[in-house]
Amino acid sequence: MTYSFEVPLLALLMITAAGAILVKDLISAAFILGSYSFFLALVWAWLGAVDLAFVEAVVGAGLATVFFLLTLFQTDPKDHSIRRTTPPLVALLGLPTLGLLLLYAADDLPEFGDPASPASVHVSPVYLENSLQDTRTPNVVTAIIMDYRGFDTLIETAVVFTAGIACAALLRKTRT
Amino acid sequence: MIHAHDSVIVRALSRLLIPLVQLYAFYILFFGQYSPGGGFVAGVMLGASLIFSVLVFGLEGSASALAKKALHGDGLGLILFAGVGGLCLIGGGEFLNYTNLAVPWLEHSARRSLGIVLTQIGVALDVAVTAVSIVFSLAFIDHEEDSHV
Repeated sequence: MTYSFEVPLLALLMITAAGAILVKDLISAAFILGSYSFFLALVWAWLGAVDLAFVEAVVGAGLATVFFLLTLFQTDPKDHSIRRTTPPLVALLGLPTLGLLLLYAADDLPEFGDPASPASVHVSPVYLENSLQDTRTPNVVTAIIMDYRGFDTLIETAVVFTAGIACAALLRKTRT
Repeated sequence: MIHAHDSVIVRALSRLLIPLVQLYAFYILFFGQYSPGGGFVAGVMLGASLIFSVLVFGLEGSASALAKKALHGDGLGLILFAGVGGLCLIGGGEFLNYTNLAVPWLEHSARRSLGIVLTQIGVALDVAVTAVSIVFSLAFIDHEEDSHV
């Protein structure tokens, strides 16, 4: 397995993530977060999750950036810039320790693409083998999220609808 | 308050780009069964094209009329999705079990395909309207006279 493509991509991910945290201006941070989402979409596409890459590119890099910018345009310029204080010693020591523990635990995860991993022996074979003649849908992801897991998607749609209603109720002036 | 953009280049380019984005969104919606994509992405792209027209041509521009009309469709997509589930109940089966859609000339797998198409349209409508609605809520906070859309 060669690492010619993934190492620069993951390095760009880390650089943009650190940039979004460290930059002094919130508008710049919104743009850097958009580029982070774009690189993340490339990672999803490279892992073979093209549907997810689509959503990440359109929502993360496109729509969320527009929402952030529109929100920031409503604030004063003094609210855009952030004055940072040095983090406390507990955070400086505790978070790297937590990261090391997670890295240690990542050894026990099944290898990527392992056909014998628990995730790929439970229900995935049923979907992959039956979805085409069951639903006449070649894209198995669509068949799963819309048919086999239709109830989840219904509730997700309700969540999106609730978000829109909540924004309208909180932000729009009432008409009298 | 968002006014129309001054630059001729931006306006001319977006006049070309917005229909293309909408066409591609419909392609994503109806080919979500055969290629990557689906209702959610199509809805976001459709909403993004409407937002784009509002950002470029301003709220008063004639190109933004569709975005204003879209606000009246809040909840339609959710009703469509849940309504397909209700039709399955009427057809004598479980909620959202598309084999019970009462379309007599279709066999079971084709009924499930039809159910997937209909629910995807519902998701796309819901997401597009919500995206436009959130942008209108965020962009026109202080202006009471702009809120009657």
